[in-house]
Amino acid sequence: MTDLLFNLFAVFTVACAAGVVLCRNTVASALSLLLCLIGVAGLFALLNAVLLAVLLVFVYAGAVVALFLFIIMLLDVQGGERLPFKGATLASGVLAVGLLATGVLSLATHARLPAVAAASPAGSTLRDYAELLFTQYMLPVQVVGFLLLAAMLGVIVLSKKFAGLEDIK
Amino acid sequence: MFDFYFNFPLWFRLPLQGLAVILVLFPLAAACSMAERKISAWIQGRPGPNRTIAPILAWIPGMGVLQRLGIFQLAADGGKFTFKEDGVPGHVNKFYFILAPILAMIPALTTVAVVPFGAYLDSAGKLVPIMLANVDVGLLAVFAVSSLGVYSVILAGWASNSKYPFLGSVRASAQLISYELSMTLSVLPVFLLVNAPGGHGTLSLVDVVAMQSGGWHGFTAQSWHGLWGVCYLPLSAFIFLVALFAETNRQPFDMPESEADLVGGFHTEYGAFKWSLFFVAEYCHMIVGSGIFCLLFLGGWNLLPWLPLAKLAGLLGIAASPLLTGGLGIVIFLGKVAAFIFFFMWVRWTLPRFRYDQVMKIGWQRLLPLAIANLIFYLLAIALTQK
Repeated sequence: MTDLLFNLFAVFTVACAAGVVLCRNTVASALSLLLCLIGVAGLFALLNAVLLAVLLVFVYAGAVVALFLFIIMLLDVQGGERLPFKGATLASGVLAVGLLATGVLSLATHARLPAVAAASPAGSTLRDYAELLFTQYMLPVQVVGFLLLAAMLGVIVLSKKFAGLEDIK
Repeated sequence: MFDFYFNFPLWFRLPLQGLAVILVLFPLAAACSMAERKISAWIQGRPGPNRTIAPILAWIPGMGVLQRLGIFQLAADGGKFTFKEDGVPGHVNKFYFILAPILAMIPALTTVAVVPFGAYLDSAGKLVPIMLANVDVGLLAVFAVSSLGVYSVILAGWASNSKYPFLGSVRASAQLISYELSMTLSVLPVFLLVNAPGGHGTLSLVDVVAMQSGGWHGFTAQSWHGLWGVCYLPLSAFIFLVALFAETNRQPFDMPESEADLVGGFHTEYGAFKWSLFFVAEYCHMIVGSGIFCLLFLGGWNLLPWLPLAKLAGLLGIAASPLLTGGLGIVIFLGKVAAFIFFFMWVRWTLPRFRYDQVMKIGWQRLLPLAIANLIFYLLAIALTQK
């Protein structure tokens, strides 16, 4: 049953991911991204990581993709005149896929992973997540948050044309 | 008594239960549209729908009362929406135009799966909630799924390929994202209180109701468990309420469809059955949202503060019967939800609509800082009192 569901969600996710790249219509691309995220959430749920699944749907599917659509509609971006793939893009894409495939293959055949302690059948509790987040991964989370903040400020500065210092105040 | 039912395999029982809940929720949503018309008429001092009746029924004496209440208008509306010609305008993007109303129904009917709507006592005297899926992430799942509801509005406006629907859907997406933040922040104090030190961490709505089901222990610290959330978290309740109005697109926040400046907003180009799907979805969101407010802040299925369901069933002498206790719990809960929906409608026909810039200003400059301040206050208060 779990295998069947895994295959279902995996194929669904990959198909939707392909749709994001291949759709001519920008809105259709964004909607494929939405379905792709829901597929990934399904995969998380199969791994008993229900919290991750729900957060993925809540934050990314619920808010981020809605913002994408908002921007697409506000700027009225038409996907019709999308340029065909260039040679360099294709080459780098193939290279990236090759590297990823090599990595996954070598991980599957050669790697010796440390034995994972058997997870509780009901999956991790919220307390487990909280403990890890506030002890072991405290610093990385803060650093990533700070990076995102810096990126956000950068976008504001780059995208807004400031006439003078008065505008910033 | 019901052993035969529990002997059925799970794959048979779960869809059956889901179907049963939907079969209750769907007519409830339709009844809400009727109630809306009757209540608006009442508030505006006019009779409202009071003429419709099927010819055969008109012969039965006593039916006049039901006729004046407008009960049959419901069936007439349903029939009209089903059999009316359902045209698709020529200038729309057909696929997404038809997809949008279907998409509206999915989150509206899915969220109810994790909402408990009653409880009964099992043979050991333990309270068992009546719900479709009792998951630890309860409320987060409701938020996650209901946030997908915005896509139907966005798609409807975009696929309609005309100005007013488009403006309506752009407004909807901005408004929903703005108010989601305040809504999520406002419920955090509730779960800070529910998750006492040493617990395993829960976001389940059942545990929130359990926190509000204490008895009266005299004037001691233990007695606060009998109070309802709205008594000790008034600001959270208020912020949640305002955000709920905005999230369900109800007046005074019905920017996406505001008839005065956008004709009909995102559903301007829709008619007949597709239009009614949007409306049933909106009322479903309202019912589920009211239910969640009742669970978080109004004691769920407890009749009065300090009078939890288990005690009430004991007083009435029906604690031994799961059927009667469960029925009582569901009736109390639905009664609260109905009262809350009346409140929704009361507000709609009382307050004027906000301007769009006011909606954004309230969301970002008033509600969000208030929600953050509220969270910090309860963080400190809980940290100081629960050592």
